[in-house]
Amino acid sequence: MLIARVVGELTATQKHASHEGRKLLLVQPLNLDGSDRGDAVVAMDAVDAGVGDKVLLVTEGFSAMTAVGRPQSPIDMAIVGFIDHIDLIPGVD
Amino acid sequence: MYLGRVIGCVWATVKNPEMVGQRMLIIQPLTPELQNTGKQLVCLDCTGAGSGELIYYVRGKEASFPFLPAEPPADATVVGIVDTVHLKSPRKISAPAGNRNPTHKKGKRC
Repeated sequence: MLIARVVGELTATQKHASHEGRKLLLVQPLNLDGSDRGDAVVAMDAVDAGVGDKVLLVTEGFSAMTAVGRPQSPIDMAIVGFIDHIDLIPGVD
Repeated sequence: MYLGRVIGCVWATVKNPEMVGQRMLIIQPLTPELQNTGKQLVCLDCTGAGSGELIYYVRGKEASFPFLPAEPPADATVVGIVDTVHLKSPRKISAPAGNRNPTHKKGKRC
């Protein structure tokens, strides 16, 4: 799982039937220091997240499909939680 | 899933039997601001996307799921055509303006 921030929303009318009824969000994976980690991705929302939220992102098919409750569907990224707070042990990178 | 734009298509007469009849598109991955990022790739298509259209695609084993019960050996498939992208701060990007490649007619099939 990755730490990420929601940076935008997508709308798509014509899409695979299994994607209907769920929000599609643009999320930017983050490093622990808050900097960007690679490119932003499109993820399906399983927790009703919104733009600006810091979230937990799964980037693997089985977990993403399970999170949104749609097995055997073409989903490989999903938001599975909000992050309230991150505690790091001081001095450990 | 990843954001991208259709920039072309691929024809192959000899291919895996499970892929017969499937369209193959060349996709340019994009940033949320619709700037090109990374290298182009070939995707199967389950939406009927045309040249210049803004799409999102899925990678990995899940790329073969739209075609069940067939299981084409695909690792990337276009699964949706994007209408609009709303970003937090700078602007709202709507598909009619951003979804058009100047060299291609929107929605034109390859």
